[in-house]
Amino acid sequence: MNTIKEFTRKTSLRSIFVLSMLVAIITSCSNDDENPIAVDEEEVITTMNVTLSSTNSGNILLQSQDLDGDGPKPPEITVSGNLAANTTYTGSIELLNETETPAENITTEVSEEATEHQFFFNTSGSITSTTYSDVDVDGNPIGILFELTTGAAGNGTIQVTLRHEPKKPNDGSLADAGGETDIAQSFTVVVE
Amino acid sequence: MKYFLFVFAVFSSILITAQDCNSILLGEILDFHDNSPLTGATIRITGKSNTTVSKEDGKFSFRNLCDGVIELEVSHPECTSKFVTITIGGDTFQKIRLEHHIEILEEVKVVGDIPTTTNSGQEENLSIKEIERSSGNSLGDALKKITGVSTLNTGGNIVKPVIQGLSGSRILILNNNVRMQDMEWGEEHAPNVDINANQKISVIKGAAALEYGGDAIGGVIVLEPLPIIRADSLFGKTQVNLFSNGRGGNITSSLIKSYKSGLYIKGQGSYKRLGDLEAPDYILSNTGLQEKGFSLNIGKRDFIQGWEGYYSFFQSEIGILRASHIGNVDDLIQSINSQQPNIVNDFTYDISRPNQEVSHHLGKLNYYRRFEGFGKWTLQYDFQKNRRFEYDIRVGEDANKASLDLQLTTHSFLTNLKLDATQGLDVKIGALGRFQSNIANPDTGVRRLIPDYEKFDFGFYAVGDYRLSNSWTLDAGLRYDFSRIDAKKFYRTSRWEERGYDEDFSEIIIEDLGTQLLTNPVFDFHNFSGTTGFNYEINNENNLRFNYALSKRAPNPSELFSDGLHHSAARIELGDLRIKSETSSKFSASIEKNSTQWGYTLAPFVNSIDNFIILEPTEVEFTIRGAFPVWAYRQTNALLVGVDASIYNNWTSNVRTEHKFSWVEGTDRSTDTPLINIPAANLNNSISYTNAKWNNLTISLESQYIFEQTRFPPNIVVFSPQQQQEVVLDINTPPPRYHLLAANTEASFTIKNTNDFTIGLSASNLLNTSYRDYLNRLRYFVDDMGRNISLRLIYNY
Repeated sequence: MNTIKEFTRKTSLRSIFVLSMLVAIITSCSNDDENPIAVDEEEVITTMNVTLSSTNSGNILLQSQDLDGDGPKPPEITVSGNLAANTTYTGSIELLNETETPAENITTEVSEEATEHQFFFNTSGSITSTTYSDVDVDGNPIGILFELTTGAAGNGTIQVTLRHEPKKPNDGSLADAGGETDIAQSFTVVVE
Repeated sequence: MKYFLFVFAVFSSILITAQDCNSILLGEILDFHDNSPLTGATIRITGKSNTTVSKEDGKFSFRNLCDGVIELEVSHPECTSKFVTITIGGDTFQKIRLEHHIEILEEVKVVGDIPTTTNSGQEENLSIKEIERSSGNSLGDALKKITGVSTLNTGGNIVKPVIQGLSGSRILILNNNVRMQDMEWGEEHAPNVDINANQKISVIKGAAALEYGGDAIGGVIVLEPLPIIRADSLFGKTQVNLFSNGRGGNITSSLIKSYKSGLYIKGQGSYKRLGDLEAPDYILSNTGLQEKGFSLNIGKRDFIQGWEGYYSFFQSEIGILRASHIGNVDDLIQSINSQQPNIVNDFTYDISRPNQEVSHHLGKLNYYRRFEGFGKWTLQYDFQKNRRFEYDIRVGEDANKASLDLQLTTHSFLTNLKLDATQGLDVKIGALGRFQSNIANPDTGVRRLIPDYEKFDFGFYAVGDYRLSNSWTLDAGLRYDFSRIDAKKFYRTSRWEERGYDEDFSEIIIEDLGTQLLTNPVFDFHNFSGTTGFNYEINNENNLRFNYALSKRAPNPSELFSDGLHHSAARIELGDLRIKSETSSKFSASIEKNSTQWGYTLAPFVNSIDNFIILEPTEVEFTIRGAFPVWAYRQTNALLVGVDASIYNNWTSNVRTEHKFSWVEGTDRSTDTPLINIPAANLNNSISYTNAKWNNLTISLESQYIFEQTRFPPNIVVFSPQQQQEVVLDINTPPPRYHLLAANTEASFTIKNTNDFTIGLSASNLLNTSYRDYLNRLRYFVDDMGRNISLRLIYNY
């Protein structure tokens, strides 16, 4: 019995010693004043430029620019002018990361990985239709290049959605395509 | 109650000149705690026929003893004998102190069947049977059996307990006397504990247990292992559970070796695996789970002193419902309106994105020593390391990169002194020191939702119970906590300005990176808390308790700093640097009756919380990827009023019914609107039949009725880019009421020892009812779990 007591006493002394050592270690380690590294989000798309051109009425630029990404500022949407009625426009899309200087062109990346990307267009009002003008290596549409047709004069909307890793081929609807939304912007235009 | 007599000898003998075989031994038997004399103890010299009994003053004597070593056997009518060795050198005086509060190694109060942590607080325990039945579930699901406890879920596997309407950082979880530091601030962060590691689980509703912390506005969950019997023994238990829903199961096993000397070693391990869970009409794709846990205790408990080393590891990998991963607010509107999941895949055991991987290490060393006629001193150091990875569906090169990678390390020192020398008065004083650091890994490529920070806590307290008379016991406690949080946080310049921090906090900027600012917020919080109450034992069967608790909680890192897009939840969460501590004043009372025939508990409470911190949807923010709902923290004054009631009746010796009801109402007093996420009232009725003669057969049927929550904050109106108009985002509307049935049957058999094998069969959601619960964050997307039939086998050896 005495040996056990002796053992316990030794053990408890040892544990007190270990504890005080730990205190010393922790207090000496806690002065770490290095600043953390900033996270620069990769592959950010800040800007989408949709250029619509027709031989008759020149170029129209639809731009959505959101320089603070997921920050509180909403994207700034600009439409450079009105579209002409009953006209077919050739459309092209440019994506930029303007947080870098010079701005990084993300369109190149999308066309390189074309099988993993697709733009979707939803139109209403005086915009009658859109058709794809480009295909990936599997023959499925991409949408960097497209054609847009206007109808009678009035108001219209164009919604442009870029999906990453959608199901390809798909029936053209967002629901069927799935994937991750990289861009979802809509533009209100006047057709005259 | 059977006493265990424990003898302690102090070697303070007085030596007087000796004559051979003419010495006198004068002894005194005293109570260890308060030095009061003990009468009626029988003292015998072993190997001889000399026997005597201690007198009223505790004294006894033997004459005509020879010098040398003798052994005394001291026994009490209700106690087991104990031996003391004494050296006789002439006339000898020997004090012998007896401790009779010890039945097993743990200290157990002899009064009442269930040891309680507080005197006047509302407290409830889970029985071992209930814990066994919940062995394959989460802690939250097990605790739901306690009146007034509900859960905040993210699907079926991420379950956070809610006590009387409050959850998260307002609830402390004590795992083996270590306060869990496992990022409890997140709504989708489940407690990192293995329910099978602890067989004693109790809930204290409110902040009455000040020794654990002054900020338990919601309550304290105490998880402890069962006390180990001080005897030479080796025993263990293995339990296997199989589940139909999720098509998986778990196994848990423990082995305990204990010695008469008080030394013990215990090992325990669990493993759990579930595939996709199922709602009545479809598979809940990507809701699988894998959990591993093990723990090791080694220690020695003696009456005078003891020590323990404890280590536990818990790891879980949890799939997050695939259909809950949405792109933007239009997807959310679409999900809420369609009431159908947009993705349902075939059943699989594989866990894919989005998912979480969390591991938790917990180590503890403690030591205690008793001082005769004074009290017990305890010292504890504990270490915790919590690592959390959250994976979202990411594409391209980032596909396998976590979106959130946090590592939270905590060191705590605790010491306390329990003074119990005065009869009827127990006082405990203690102090706490804690250091915590959080590191958010920048390699995720996603801006940190929670920043790097260091946190220092220091607290001290004094609590006491005073037994005024046989029926009245009073208690009171005071506590002070200091807490400093020192963070290094990046803000987007646009966010910094939008929040107005450029006006209030410009001095904390330490680096301007153009689009981002590095800031160094340092906040100090001084919090005083207190509690007082009484326990009035009206008679053997009836009891009345009243408690008042004032508690203050400093804001957690999420409430202060969170800032960013939660990709999997498609919501932007915003903390606020201006958030102050919240202060709760809670009055609670309970009147109880417990007899062999019937009993009841009626426990109302009023909890008034100033500067109550809430997270609620406020608006939407637009980005190039679409619009996202913003959930922002704000402070207001809140009032929670509620009641927990339960009643049972033993109709015959075999048939028993139990009825439980709980209700809580939460109001934002500043705006006079209901609070968000307050559980709906629920009514639980059960009937059970037991027959000890038929292998302890138990058959029970339980009905659970959850009312519709009719009090909820207004929905928000948002602009839907897809619909090009303002629409109501139905984000706060609770789902309708629902009713579930559950059944359970079990029986025990004898293999080697009496009733050492138990087999049980249970079913939850017996009728396969489709329902959604208000406190399930996935209610926008899918129905809750359907029928689940489970089989359990328990073997004790």
